[in-house]
Amino acid sequence: MGKKPELLVPAGSLAELESYFEAGADAALIGEEKYGMRLPGSFTITEIADAVKLAHERKAKIYVSMTNLISNELLEELPLYLQQLEQAGVDGVQFGDPAVLQAVRSQNLTLKLHWNAEMTSTNYATANFWGSRGASRVVLARELNMDEITEMQPHLKLESEVQIHGMTNIYHSKRRLVDSYITHQGKVLQQPEREFGKSRGLYLIEAERPEEKFPIYEDGNGTHIMSSDDICILEDLHLLMAAGLDSFKIETLLKDVSYNTVVIRVYRRAIDSYFNDPGEYEFDESWQDEIREVQDPDRELSFGFFYKEQVY
Amino acid sequence: MQTRERQRPKYTGKRYRLDKPELLAPAGNLEKLKFAIHYGADAVYIGGQKYGLRSNADNFSFDEMREGVQFANQYGAKVFVATNIYAHNEDIEGIEQYLRNLYDVGISAIIAADPIIIDTARRVAPGLEVHLSTQQSTLNWQAVKFWKDEGLPRVVLGRETSMEEIEEIKKQVDIEIEAFIHGAMCSSYSGRCVLSNHFTDRDSNRGGCCQSCRWKYDLFEEGHQEEVWVSEEELAMEQGRQENKTGITPLPLFQEEDNPFTMGSKDLCMINHIPDLIDVGIDSFKIEGRMKSIHYVATVVNVYRQAIDSYIADPENYVLRPEWLEEINKAANRPLNTGFFYDAPDHEDHIYEPEEKAAPYDFAGLVMEYNEADGTAVIQQRNHFKPGQQVEFFGPNGTFFKQTVGVLWDEEGNELDAARHPLQRIKMKVDQPVAYFDMMRKRK
Repeated sequence: MGKKPELLVPAGSLAELESYFEAGADAALIGEEKYGMRLPGSFTITEIADAVKLAHERKAKIYVSMTNLISNELLEELPLYLQQLEQAGVDGVQFGDPAVLQAVRSQNLTLKLHWNAEMTSTNYATANFWGSRGASRVVLARELNMDEITEMQPHLKLESEVQIHGMTNIYHSKRRLVDSYITHQGKVLQQPEREFGKSRGLYLIEAERPEEKFPIYEDGNGTHIMSSDDICILEDLHLLMAAGLDSFKIETLLKDVSYNTVVIRVYRRAIDSYFNDPGEYEFDESWQDEIREVQDPDRELSFGFFYKEQVY
Repeated sequence: MQTRERQRPKYTGKRYRLDKPELLAPAGNLEKLKFAIHYGADAVYIGGQKYGLRSNADNFSFDEMREGVQFANQYGAKVFVATNIYAHNEDIEGIEQYLRNLYDVGISAIIAADPIIIDTARRVAPGLEVHLSTQQSTLNWQAVKFWKDEGLPRVVLGRETSMEEIEEIKKQVDIEIEAFIHGAMCSSYSGRCVLSNHFTDRDSNRGGCCQSCRWKYDLFEEGHQEEVWVSEEELAMEQGRQENKTGITPLPLFQEEDNPFTMGSKDLCMINHIPDLIDVGIDSFKIEGRMKSIHYVATVVNVYRQAIDSYIADPENYVLRPEWLEEINKAANRPLNTGFFYDAPDHEDHIYEPEEKAAPYDFAGLVMEYNEADGTAVIQQRNHFKPGQQVEFFGPNGTFFKQTVGVLWDEEGNELDAARHPLQRIKMKVDQPVAYFDMMRKRK
């Protein structure tokens, strides 16, 4: 029997953090927009320190996202921020841009680094490359299939994290595309109509796919378009548990706390049940029903790319 | 026309010279490679049978690469190969052999994004330069320095970097910087888009991009809870689904007459800013477009070659020639802009209106021979043309004139009413001297 994987969820506030730990999360991903991408909320450095205390009391972990594509302007601030994170005692930092690695090296910090380059972390050899440069975990791309994910495990020299539930980002631009479009229409909007953030509830419909709603929002990092479906790998979670992945992530972005709490509870139950006795483990359809009950009827629960063959 | 004011060096009177940047052009196949180089590219980048991001392109076999390198060598030009996919497990086997083969056929550099390809190249083909692809979306000097420390001599920056940012990067790191200066652009951060994967199961980061960013979308806002009138029939039909039908109606953020939402960007064109690009220290000026036509590649390369040479020869008296932009517009497929170089793209930088994809001019014929004695040329037919039609000749050594097509003869001297047969050799009078490999274009 392999190691029990960690159940990881992004959290947007200390209150959310408590609810999610209560529901069974082992670790939380937090941060602020300036350094991290697509987070459900913002934590100042003081709040991060509080979050670490709260988590460690429960033997849970706090990871901080620094996954942004970094511009020159932000470089100066990286060393101090990383020092503060180390002092706060965070359990890991997610990064995609090598500038973060450079800053960690220059400060001789002992922070654990999780390499997360979103859709571009697609093979074990590249993960091992980042491992040899200082990363202790790879966050796998959501566009990989089950075979690719499971066959990677024996080759990996670092921990692996995979998303098992929720939406994924499918397009990220530095451009302000909603603002641009609204201006093109000749509309002169004042605040708050000119605000196209996460809470606005904007989505796109592609002409030939009227049933699929793709959430879109803008923030300081540009424009983000999200998947129209939510990954839900619950039914086949045992395959990932058997393969020995280290961390399972439930994406909480653009969902309310009550939904996320239900989902976390269900996966908690499945993981515990499996590790109680892997031989006897059986997927229970009623677990899935609990999620279905709270699922937005406009958003399909799907296997994402787990069972898709992609061509090129 | 205007002369650009240059900032004077500290000691006036002392000559200072500028290093000439490389002009790097796309070559979708062997023929395009020859045109790109003949028309002035210092280097071309091509795709091989594997690991490239244009799986639909007419990619090069190793034999074709060898021939391309030999051709390039005659001009002192280099050939790079794009190996810019993000590899999956199944792609790993075979990378070593592929990279060795590239080196063996004389390729100067690969353009790579995935560290597995970068690392493997450094190990098995140390003579092959590795240039970091724009797919890595490198925007800051520390990231550039990271790749320099990894042994890379060149980084292709993300298309989101501004002039100021490039200047800072050049100040901080002693490395070659390559930047796109012309052509189509991803509107997303390169590599950070999987629209194709979601819409068509085609992997964009392995060459399957189906340009979903240029499709049309409707933008809505989730409605707010409100009372809606539901008829009894509807109520009966919807029985059991009432909770889901809470009376929320989505709000369209467009009117009937508005253009739909799109992410599609205008194309990059920096011909008006050559002095800035040179002064800021960009080492390689890259033109996008391995899928573009011969006419496009030759026209665009020809223009940038002239502009770069003209500025380098005499920066003080450099003049932006209006015909350069006119030339580019003859080959352009889309409206043009300056990307992120000077400011962030806004509503004027995306294409909301229906697109007219066709460039206004076509490649009609290729000059094979010129006979000075009788002012005739042998033209290889590349598209239909006929007597009375207006055509233009242009070429890399200054050929540039318009004329009306006169009498056409085939090789046996028979008069033709039109040039109809692909690649047929046709003789005609030309108004001015032309040279081998000059092109004749016609308006569509």
